[in-house]
Formats: sequence, C-alpha cells, structure tokens
Amino acid sequence: MRVWGWILYGVLAAIGLGGFFLRFATGHQLAGYGSYVPWGLWVAAYIYFIGLSAGAFLLSALVYVFGVRKLEPIAPLALVVALASLLMALVTIWFDLGHMERFYYVYLRPNFRSMMAWMVWLYTAYGLLLLAELYYALRRHLPRYVDRGGITGFLARLLVKGRKTPFTQEEIHRDEGIIKVLGTIGVPLAIAFHGGVGALFGTVVAQDLWHSPIYPILFLTGALLSGGALITAVYVFFWPRKDEEWRELSLFLGRIVLGLILFDLLLEWAEYSIPMWYGVGPEFKALWSTLFGRFWYVYWVFHILIGVVVPIGLLLAWGLRGRVKAIGLASFLVAITFLAIRLNLVIPSLVHPKLEGLMNAYRDHRLVFAYLPTWFEWSVVVFSVALGFTVTYVLVRILPVIEGKLLKEVA
Amino acid sequence: MPRYAMAIDLSLCVGCAACAVACKMENEVPPGVYNLWIREREVGTYPDLWVEFRPEQCLHCENPPCVPVCPTGASYQTEEGLVLVDPRKCIACGACIAACPYDARYLHPAGHVSKCTFCAHRIAQGRLPACVETCPTLCRTFGDLDDPESPVSKALKEAGRMDVLRPELGTRPKLFYLNAPSKKGLTREKEVRHD
Ligand code: SF4
Ligand code: SF4
Repeated sequence: MRVWGWILYGVLAAIGLGGFFLRFATGHQLAGYGSYVPWGLWVAAYIYFIGLSAGAFLLSALVYVFGVRKLEPIAPLALVVALASLLMALVTIWFDLGHMERFYYVYLRPNFRSMMAWMVWLYTAYGLLLLAELYYALRRHLPRYVDRGGITGFLARLLVKGRKTPFTQEEIHRDEGIIKVLGTIGVPLAIAFHGGVGALFGTVVAQDLWHSPIYPILFLTGALLSGGALITAVYVFFWPRKDEEWRELSLFLGRIVLGLILFDLLLEWAEYSIPMWYGVGPEFKALWSTLFGRFWYVYWVFHILIGVVVPIGLLLAWGLRGRVKAIGLASFLVAITFLAIRLNLVIPSLVHPKLEGLMNAYRDHRLVFAYLPTWFEWSVVVFSVALGFTVTYVLVRILPVIEGKLLKEVA
Repeated sequence: MPRYAMAIDLSLCVGCAACAVACKMENEVPPGVYNLWIREREVGTYPDLWVEFRPEQCLHCENPPCVPVCPTGASYQTEEGLVLVDPRKCIACGACIAACPYDARYLHPAGHVSKCTFCAHRIAQGRLPACVETCPTLCRTFGDLDDPESPVSKALKEAGRMDVLRPELGTRPKLFYLNAPSKKGLTREKEVRHD
C-alpha cells in the first residue's frame, strides 16, 4: 500500500515537473485559454486551492478561537494544510500571469479599487499570520529537539534560541493566548480574502453569471466544505494512531462534512434556480449550458454524482454508523470533486460571447469561444498538488505537528 | 481638455475592412489578435434582405469597468477620456479582459493586454486615428465631444438615429453608431431575435 502511494507520488511529481518546465520554456503557447476565454483551469484551480486553505484555517480557528477542544489534535495539522494549500494557490495563479516576473508590481503600485490587488495584500497578511500561528502552536514542543541533528534540530535551535528547559504551563498558556489573538484576527481575514475572491468574480458586471451577491457567501461555504473534507480525509486515512479518540473525532468530522454538503447544496439551489426559473436571460443560457451543454458531465457526474450523491450515501449508509473509512472516502471524494464546481464557476460565463457576432468576425484558432484545458494545463496543476503534498509531508516530518511529535515518532 | 469620441455612420459602411487593415499596420497588431473587427450579419428574410456591417473596437467608455479591476494600474484613463494599457505595468492577469462587456481586449503575444487606443500616438501629433483617415466612405468621424464644431459633434447632431452598444450597463461608451439601417422599422421575428 505504502509502496504504491510513493509510486503514485513519483509519477505525479514527474508529470508536475514536466509541466513546470514547459511553463517556463513555452509560456502560454500550450494552454487552451486565449483572448476570448482569458481564464481557465488555472484560475479554477487557484480558487479551489485557496478555498481549501481558508477552510482548513477556519477549522483550526474552531479550536484556537472558539475553544472546540474536541478538534484540538488536528488543529496544528490544519494550519499546515492551510499553509500548503495557500502555497498551491499562489503558485497556480502565478503561473497564470502573462508576466510572472512582474507580480511584485501589485505591491509596488497597487490599485486598491481592484479586487485582485486586495486579494494579493490579504494573502500576504494571511500567509504571515499562518506562519506566526504555527510558530506559537509548535514552539512549546521544540526544546525537546534542540539536541537533535539535522533540520529538526537546526529549526528547534533557531526558533527557541537553543532553549532546553521545557515550556512551563504558564508559558504555554501565554502562547495559547497569543494564538487566540492571531486566530481572532485570522477569522475575519479568511472571511475577507475568500469572500473577496467571491467578490472578485461577483463584481464583474460584464459577466452575467458571476455578477451575483451570493458569490462571496457561496465561496465561503465552499471553502468550509472542501477544506473541512480535505482535513477529514487526511485525518481518517493518515492519522498515525487509529484508536478510540480517532474514531470519535472522525465521526464528529463526518457529521460536519455532511452538514456542509447539504448547506452548500442549498446555496447552489439558490444560485441556479433563481436565474433559471423563468427560462430567460443570459444567466439562464450560461447555466443551461453548464447543466446540459457539451460539458454536462462536469456538473452531473463529477459534482452531483461523485461529489454529492455518493458521499452522502457513504456517510449515511456506513460512515456515520461507525465505518470510519467510509467517512474518509466520502470526504476525499467531496474534496477532490470540488474542482468541478470551481471549473463550472469560472468557465461557462467566459465561453459566451458578450456581443453576438464577434464569433464570426474573424476565424483564427486562437479566437474561439470554447475552452478545454490542455494536458499541459493539467500537468501544471499536478505540479501544484505535488508541491502541496511535499510541503505538508516535509513539515510533519521535521516539525512536531502531530500530537507534539514528529511523524516518525508517532507512526 | 478635449473629450475624444468617435462616430461610425453604419448607413455609409460598405464593409471593405480598410479600417481594420489600416489599424493592423498602424499599430503593428500581431497575427491572430485584433484591435478592430467588422461584425457582419444578415438582416431580414428573403426577399427583403441585406447585410449590415458594424465595425467594433474598444468604445473608450467614460465609465470603463476594465480600469478599476486592474491590480497594478496598468489600465488607465487619460484626462482626454482615452482608455489605455501601459504594457510595461501589465502583469497580464486577465482581469480587465473578463471585465470588458464588449470583448474589446485581448492578450498580446508579447505577454500583456492590448486593445484599440483610438491611435493615441497619432492624436498626440494632431493627426486622426488611422481607421478614420483611411475610411473610403467617410463613415467614421472623430474629435472632441465638448466642441460643438468638431466633426464628431456635428455628425452626432445631424444623425437620424444614434446608438451605443449595451447602454443599459452604464459604461457610457464614446463610440457612437449612427443611422443603423437594421433599426429602421424592420421587426420580423429573425431580426428581433438577433437584436
Ligand atoms: S470597451 Fe471595454 S476595453 Fe474599452 S473602455 Fe470600455 S470596458 Fe474598457
Ligand atoms: S491584464 Fe494587465 S491591464 Fe489587464 S487588469 Fe491585469 S494587469 Fe491590468
């Protein structure tokens, strides 16, 4: 089992590195997006990853800010996943820029009327906050590792300045106070940056489908669901000790995931049914093509069947009746297929010409109102995924993330 | 400060695409992308049938949704009302392309966003935009909207009818279509559907 996992990782990493080098060697030439459909898979993947990050972070905030003690064991892991997903999101959207080397212009000459400029600034603040929170969550364990060799020892010496005496109860209490403050800042920050991504789309008047006040809310619910499901899947499958506590916490997480699936579905019903009800208008057309157009299966098969029906079935029939692996599988499916929702959010709106007739003005393979991600675009997304996994894995190996210990000590 | 605008008299347009060619050359627009295009469509039903040509390009909206979305300020509006892109500041994020309700912007192969500039470089020299200068039927007029004597103000005053694209959005375009032939009372089903 483990061997197969590593083989899979090796294959994904190889594909990802291929995409990474092609992106630098060939720019955007191999991508399927163009002038009429400027955003494609990478933008969808970016909002998907950033949602995972916001969701994982908000889950950790349940512990650090709202004192849900039950979830305490997974809180540092949730922070690590949040950090890794943030990195995945930023790398993916960075690849999407035509001028990657100019990204820092958004710091040097920001236009604060632009939602996108806000996003970049908020992500930066959030990234720093995550690092700080992780530092205060983990440093109490570090004195034990000061004498170690390797990177763990080096980090331990660096971060607690060589201190060997264990942290006192008082000091731990103080650190928890700091984390609470950081988390309290982080919650509105996460709501701002992820609701903000929703607003980045929602404020675009030219795109009828996006221009909806429900978007920020929809994004936040989606973040909670996809991030929560990811953490649940990771916890169920990879938590080193499968004891009674693990069972109970898995069941608790399973119930949260089920509730969020249903709530997200309710919002989606509002998002789809209201513009579609009378069967007129441009939103109707775009949504209709999402549901019954060429890529109908993205909605029905990947989202509704594998992302909603099967997980709900798994949870109700087995998972919540005590078969914990079923909870893991259901959550895994929810987390993975969430990309389908993001694709259906970004692309259908863009593939509709805004002025009828433009389509026929010129014929050129680059001027088409159709979009299908190319294998090159997929390989770049695979790169981001492999990167996120690598970062998470390395961090749990070199830092005491799981129950205050390194991975190999608990395994 | 002038407020530049353009008007195109559709009843005079013969669809020769000379403006599109002139624009391509003047602005060195690379193959596969366009600042200006001619939309063609059939109007009416046999035997009451004709073809309408409508040149389209950036409308230099007075209230341009493409400008505020730009994170770096690469998209901007000049005091004379021209909406321009500074290719040196553009990070090619594509936000402005998604935000333009007229699909007027494109990704330049050099890695930045581009579009019609109303030939800002020629205006600065006191010349007319290349498309205006080249049009064989004189259907394009250009000038200062605030000057009642400018060619564009006069053309607007004399026109039988005046349209802008998607006025309901409130973008206040400064490219006006005059005397659109298809709007002269023809309301057959096909026509209605296409409008
Ligand atoms: S037509 Fe499009 S690109 Fe031109 S000013 Fe208006 S919104 Fe901007
Ligand atoms: S593509 Fe360039 S001009 Fe357009 S919004 Fe992004 S940075 Fe601004």
